Amino acid sequence: MTSGFLIAALVLATGLFLVGLFGLLIRRGVLFQIVSLEVMLTGPALAFVAAGAHHGDPGGQGMFVFVLVLAASEVALGLALYLRLSRHADTTDSDTVRELRQ
Amino acid sequence: MSGAAIFAVWAGAVALVAMALAVTRPNVVHALIWVVAGLLSLASGFFALGAGFAGAVQILIYAGAIIAVFVFVVMTIDSGPAAMAAERARLATGWKGPLALVLLVLAPAVLGLAGAGGAGGAPQPVPARDLGVLLFGPWAVAVELASAMLIAALLGARHLARREGGE
Repeated sequence: MTSGFLIAALVLATGLFLVGLFGLLIRRGVLFQIVSLEVMLTGPALAFVAAGAHHGDPGGQGMFVFVLVLAASEVALGLALYLRLSRHADTTDSDTVRELRQ
Repeated sequence: MSGAAIFAVWAGAVALVAMALAVTRPNVVHALIWVVAGLLSLASGFFALGAGFAGAVQILIYAGAIIAVFVFVVMTIDSGPAAMAAERARLATGWKGPLALVLLVLAPAVLGLAGAGGAGGAPQPVPARDLGVLLFGPWAVAVELASAMLIAALLGARHLARREGGE
């Protein structure tokens, strides 16, 4: 039996993921795209926690912890790449980055 | 739905609106503030669902540490009026295709989930103790892998962000 709040939470999680995807597609600044990736990751996080609460299972929160670890690693590497890009190539635009191949 | 479940869904809806505002702001500081609002709202929803540990971690690490790192990086970029105007001009064009794609994915998901919907049901609180028993018992290998990934990310970030002249 699937409860009403789980359905609503899954719809919201899909919405959060798609809002992040939308931001990733409309943005060209690398920093905004990293923020959008963070927004995308909150969707699965909500889905895991809501499913864990629905089943009364600690696994949902366990997977949330791993989503958090993933988000932290992604931010650390993404921001380091961003800083290197802005320092060496003097651009933060992902369309311009494509033309930097030599 | 129980009162806690209704509050959780409401908090999730607030988070959705805040995130939608975040990804469309021309100023990166405003975007980050909206992301923080969305994350805190989502954390309150986690508390209402009985996932207190997830809510606390969301506030401490997501809204606290990860966004703080963003704020440090934001100090290095220029967000003057010229850059804002350029960002606004870019936002005004090219949003139709992504919106169509998003709606194309959203429609079947919402329709499929609404078809499976049932009434009633209440979230069951999960004590943090059960989570600890899970993470440091059956899932210990996954926790070790996660820590190895964090170390790799730390070393990678250290390597990428080093200064050329100082080596």
